[in-house]
Amino acid sequence: MSQEWVYTLVFLAWLLGASLFVVGLHFMNSPATARRGNQISATGMTIAVVATLVYLASQGALSPTALAIIVVGFVIGGGVGLWLARTVAMTAMPQLVSLFNAVGGGAAALVAIDDYLRVLGTAEETVSTAVFVVLGVVIGCVTFTGSLIASGKLQGIVSGKPILVPGGRLVTIALAAIAVLGFIGLVFGAGGAIALDETAKLVVLGIVIAAALVFGVTMVLPIGGADMPVVISLLNSFTGTAAAMAGFVINNPVLIVSGALVGAAGGILTKLMADAMNRSLMNIIAGGFGGGEGTVAEAGPGGTVRELTVDDAAIQLAYANLVIIVPGYGLAVAQAQHALRELADVLEARGVEVKYAIHPVAGRMPGHMNVLLAEANVPYPQLKEMDEINPEFERADVALVVGANDVTNPAARRPGTPISGMPILDVDKAKSIIVIKRSMGRGYAGIDNELYTNPKTGMLFADAKKGLTELTAAVKAL
Amino acid sequence: MNQDLLFAIAIFVLAVLVGFEVISKVPATLHTPLMSGANSIHGIVFVGGILIAAAADSPLSYVLAFVAVVFGAMNVVGGYVVTDRMLQMFRRRPSAPAQSEGARSGSGGSAQ
Repeated sequence: MSQEWVYTLVFLAWLLGASLFVVGLHFMNSPATARRGNQISATGMTIAVVATLVYLASQGALSPTALAIIVVGFVIGGGVGLWLARTVAMTAMPQLVSLFNAVGGGAAALVAIDDYLRVLGTAEETVSTAVFVVLGVVIGCVTFTGSLIASGKLQGIVSGKPILVPGGRLVTIALAAIAVLGFIGLVFGAGGAIALDETAKLVVLGIVIAAALVFGVTMVLPIGGADMPVVISLLNSFTGTAAAMAGFVINNPVLIVSGALVGAAGGILTKLMADAMNRSLMNIIAGGFGGGEGTVAEAGPGGTVRELTVDDAAIQLAYANLVIIVPGYGLAVAQAQHALRELADVLEARGVEVKYAIHPVAGRMPGHMNVLLAEANVPYPQLKEMDEINPEFERADVALVVGANDVTNPAARRPGTPISGMPILDVDKAKSIIVIKRSMGRGYAGIDNELYTNPKTGMLFADAKKGLTELTAAVKAL
Repeated sequence: MNQDLLFAIAIFVLAVLVGFEVISKVPATLHTPLMSGANSIHGIVFVGGILIAAAADSPLSYVLAFVAVVFGAMNVVGGYVVTDRMLQMFRRRPSAPAQSEGARSGSGGSAQ
């Protein structure tokens, strides 16, 4: 076969791979087909990778060294990825996704840097190459360090609280200015409008890389842990864009299409998440309210809190017709999803109808709670989204709130509070409410939850896992 | 600008629009798996790593290509496996609630 035919076939294979990514994402619309969607997408990836190797082999471009780099690199990187993906706890999923996102961004930046070094000083060093190289490098580097910090915050290696350094904003702005100046320098340098020799260009590129890496850190550090899901989603979108830029640099269609897809996907997802939390992206990036982990505060003025014993709570639950469970972040932290399912099983065995009310941002990421509950084998049809479950609270005998806080606060319906306008679960409309919580600590919004002082509410002060286990035992004993 | 670049920009823009359309229809319950799934797709930079490894001709570019390949492979393999692990759990158990334990060892979790 002639070279041209080989390239045509390889190009078609790349196109097929990219199409399978689109189809795969489409199948992820529904829980029933989502897993197949991911497998289709993985098939697309395999096709794209194999086609690339076939193409290079047919060109005689795979030197023993290159082949060794690819094989050894794949075994090491793939092995570490596989091991992490298999072993990490379900609750640690968001930080793992962030870590994978970091290395993806790093790889995109490296591809762009490498190509720039190759074309530097040749006829291929055009204005357009310089534009895409610098964009790829900047976005990739920001994503790399930003995602590492985000992952560290969720893992607890870096403090979840917003870290504010005096003048930190100025540093961030200065870094952005440096990156923009470097961009202008390299682009005009490539066009010949600014006379820069190769060494000067390399120095400028080095400065741009350093500025972007530090920018990633200073951008994410001041943002509180509560906003991390949105930040990770945003950085995920950045990585897609960086991959597309790298695709422009090395003139590869499959990188461009896939990167653009992910860039758009991450963008939409970021907006959906920010909307669900009633935050604007600008607010989050500017580091607004919210100090991460709840601070312990006694019940504020404006009501008394009724404390329940485990036995009281068990009786209420056991003799209810409909119990709606509202799981939140505290459940995820305590890894209490299995204990929760056991309680639900015991209740169901007694003929109690059990449903789960899932707020769009319950857990640490939208959909995270569904994953945790699915891991504990909670049947998917019992998981109800906010709009679906809210009308049912009036009918519920007991709403059992486990580790959820701000998303149940009726104060959100009034204007003038930090959470005003945030969509909430209508927990206060249930006939009675049981809240399992470690203390009267506040949620991310840093305000008292009016639900706790509602006369219908009983507080069961316990760690989610311990409280649920005790409740299960108490219901069984009835 | 040359023709190739213009075409590349065109497919970039169209792919962005496809991405918006495909994503906007996904229910909130699937957002974490979706983010993870999208995350594995940008692991396509692994292909970029392979291409620069093949074109590498200096010690520095060998090193850059190697790190890019390692990073890209980690993104691809880890991303797909972790997404699959999340999605494997989205399955219905048989309608009788009493069967909860049985469903746990289900048949690899093919979703119905």
